[in-house]
Amino acid sequence: MAEPIIQVHDLKKTYYARGGHYIEAVAGISFDVGRREIFGLLGPNGAGKSTTIGMLTTTVRITDGRASIAGIDLGLDPISVKKKIAVVPQGINLDRSLTARENLIYHAKYFGMPKEEREARAQELLELMALSKRASDYPSDFSGGMARRLQIARALMHNPEVLFLDEATTGLDPQSRLMIWHKIRDLNDSGQTIFLTTHHMEEADQLCDRVAIMDKGKILTMDTPARLKKATPGGNVVDLKTLDHSEDLPNWLKAEVPGLDRVESENNTHRLFLDRPEEALANIVEVTRKHNVKLQSVQLHPVTLEDVFVHMTGRALRE
Amino acid sequence: MSTYKTFLAIMERDLKVMSRNLGDFFLRIGVQPLLFAFIFGYVLPTIGSIPRSFSTLVLPGILAVSTMAAGVQGTAMPLAWDFGATKEIQDRLMAPISIRLVMIEKIIMGMFEAWLAAAFVFPVAYLIMWENLNLHLESLPLLILLLVLGGLVSATLGMVLGTIVEPMRFSMMFATVIVPMIFLGATYYPWAGLSKIPWLQYLVLLNPLVYLSEGYRGQLTPQIPHMAPEYAILGIVVSIVILMAVATREFEKRAIS
Ligand SMILES: Nc1ncnc2c1ncn2[C@@H]1O[C@H](COP(=O)(O)OP(=O)(O)O)[C@@H](O)[C@H]1O
Ligand SMILES: [Mg+2]
Repeated sequence: MAEPIIQVHDLKKTYYARGGHYIEAVAGISFDVGRREIFGLLGPNGAGKSTTIGMLTTTVRITDGRASIAGIDLGLDPISVKKKIAVVPQGINLDRSLTARENLIYHAKYFGMPKEEREARAQELLELMALSKRASDYPSDFSGGMARRLQIARALMHNPEVLFLDEATTGLDPQSRLMIWHKIRDLNDSGQTIFLTTHHMEEADQLCDRVAIMDKGKILTMDTPARLKKATPGGNVVDLKTLDHSEDLPNWLKAEVPGLDRVESENNTHRLFLDRPEEALANIVEVTRKHNVKLQSVQLHPVTLEDVFVHMTGRALRE
Repeated sequence: MSTYKTFLAIMERDLKVMSRNLGDFFLRIGVQPLLFAFIFGYVLPTIGSIPRSFSTLVLPGILAVSTMAAGVQGTAMPLAWDFGATKEIQDRLMAPISIRLVMIEKIIMGMFEAWLAAAFVFPVAYLIMWENLNLHLESLPLLILLLVLGGLVSATLGMVLGTIVEPMRFSMMFATVIVPMIFLGATYYPWAGLSKIPWLQYLVLLNPLVYLSEGYRGQLTPQIPHMAPEYAILGIVVSIVILMAVATREFEKRAIS
């Protein structure tokens, strides 16, 4: 990893809930994030993702453990940390009393940015986020996707070293989601370090250099998406459907397809668990042809981060 | 230096928003004094329900209520947006400044509003009920000090209420806190008059508005029984200290979980 910009050591958050009991939202997590990295926390609702972002961005008090950003300890000097970071929280928190452009301009003013610089930067970011035409409208008239883009633009106004995005695409239509993904990638290409959370496994897979899978306040595993998937057994699946019923097909497949772990069969459908399904595909088709079994469909399911999560927890990511 | 810039930028934002709703703003600070002065200073004395001298008696009360209402609303109402469902204040809380200063800025804005409301009472009173008024300015510096402190205590109370009460329940707060405060604030009667109901006379000392009304009374209508100015000022200062401590704690609770 490049030089770490976020360092987290055994970070904990315990909330005292209204009912008089304690909620261990984050139960001791440790990780580093490198400069220019896109680092993702992937986990279901309630995993502790927002709480983690809150602690790293000074809005949630740290119960125990340590965290620093760009070498500055969050517990000791939160105001200096605030200069280095920007956060787009889970909900839309735009200033409804200001226009889109003013949202950007005032944000930059809070950071003491000189007039010319902030005017130029606002212009640039409005263009980047495809909002130039709506610059003088109020954000209450914006669609979810536009509001999100404006939030990201606002966060970028003061050139933060780290951009935190909490569930940036949750609740957006697929098209808006793709647009945000695109923007996130572009930003990272130009050197922006990004820390994001999501419960969308494809988002984590597509965007992140490294993913930490989080559940019940703990990080279960952490690595590049490719390595996480590779380390997950039994997830490489091919679904086979035949036209006629063949009692012997599972045995033929087991004997003749290398790398086949096991077969689950039910009438004419067979689920094959393989090490390298892409390579076995030709083999599978060959076996059916040789034994004269007519195929209706063959479907390849590569391992997803969802499978990784299921493997680690025994539960699905989205209930 | 950068703290100062950030602070001013946050204040500029609030002034901008206020200037956009200038009409609302003047209605908010203006209607109440107008109505009070009209009813107590003109309607009631004219129809003979109360003696003409009553105008003189209630003027300090009108001034106190107007200050208090404007300060409380000016601070508490914006908090409904700031800490409401959308948490709009988050962007300012993420600014490179202590969140206590974000709170102070809001109190200062409420204080300005309270001062403006107070300043508005004088011309209104003069126009509507001047013929019934019998004012004797005791000490201008003391009056100004009382007005300044009055604005601060009102805005600080607004911050306490705005952070303790859920934004959705603000209207209930006005009914259960503000209205009783006004009626038990030595506004329509001098505090000394309560000596016939001793338990009430001491109970209302918990109400900061009492010190405000009595303080103004001492400076504007010294011929009417009033609390000694040093006690009035002490009462306001103690209220400010207590309210400020509570406001700081509650604001931080809202800002940081
Ligand atoms: N302010 C709070 N007070 C009490 N409990 C909270 C608070 N915020 C979050 N929690 C609890 O902490 C846990 C983690 O929440 P959160 O960090 O929001 O998860 P995620 O963002 O992964 O969905 C949940 O059980 C949630 O109910
Ligand atoms: Mg969350």
